Amino acid sequence: MPHTLSLADIPIGVSVRIAKILTSGSNRRRLLDLGLLPGARIDIIRRSPSGNPTAYLIKGTIIALRNEDAAQILVDID
Amino acid sequence: MAINTTPLSESSKNNPDKQNNFVIALAGNPNVGKSTVFNRLTGLKQHTGNWPGKTVIKAEGTFSHRNRHYTLVDLPGTYSLHASSSDEEVARDFICFSRPDITLVVCDATCLERNLNLVLQILEITDRVLVCVNLLDEAERKGIQVDIAMLARQLGIPAVGTAARSGRGLESLKNVLDDMLAGKIASRPRQLVYDPELEASINEIEKRLAPYLPAWINSRWVALRVLERDFSILEHISNHKNNDYPRQVLKEEVALCLR
Repeated sequence: MPHTLSLADIPIGVSVRIAKILTSGSNRRRLLDLGLLPGARIDIIRRSPSGNPTAYLIKGTIIALRNEDAAQILVDID
Repeated sequence: MAINTTPLSESSKNNPDKQNNFVIALAGNPNVGKSTVFNRLTGLKQHTGNWPGKTVIKAEGTFSHRNRHYTLVDLPGTYSLHASSSDEEVARDFICFSRPDITLVVCDATCLERNLNLVLQILEITDRVLVCVNLLDEAERKGIQVDIAMLARQLGIPAVGTAARSGRGLESLKNVLDDMLAGKIASRPRQLVYDPELEASINEIEKRLAPYLPAWINSRWVALRVLERDFSILEHISNHKNNDYPRQVLKEEVALCLR
């Protein structure tokens, strides 16, 4: 399946794997430091009432990402 | 609680009894029980809480073990040392410029993998590192067993398992600190090797910068920062009190390297 989905499109309760991170520079570095590596599994835990940000379970820790950042992460459904 | 915002290296340098006084930096990701380790070692009741940026200012405490006196400095919890936030900058600057005798990196046994990023970053700055795998009790409840000896072998540095809340492992932690300072434990930290192309660039930048850098700074690490276009490190080196290196020369060298 081609990587057409971004992390921001995934509904709560679904598990995905990171295919590609589109940002570069310090933004990319930040995401990598938070454990968002290609191949890493992510569970979508919950969304805030306004729909932004969203909480993700990544390598054993819950991390909140803004939708703008999540949109830069391409994923495959696990 | 002793809060001291002045550079610690100054106070310890002026201390006549320096041979027996050691500075230990306490680093780690947020929420790994760093402050609990700090309190257990120093007996201080530093507040522990569960929100980001809790330890914004570094806190200091002291303890003694086997006739050595230690000053423990609790650094802010960070995932990285890339100085993209003030917390990360505080932690990075302390490890880099205050040059603690040992940096104790506290890790969460329940999600060890994500903690190793910071361990490897710290190992790029200094080889005087001790890994403390904390929250072993929580990990066991989750059915997770951590092979501490294997971890130490893989990283090439000593590692100790603890459950700081109950005090488990803290005696051996102190013993390993002592053994490291006594030179009884040899560290041969795993060095990250990048792509050949990157390594060539790192080497070239390192070669050019090295003559202008103070001897105690890890020039490979500075070269890596420059390669990431993090020039703040050069400002810091120039600003560092005892090292008035001409900023302009550094900048010109960097410009040459990155051309």
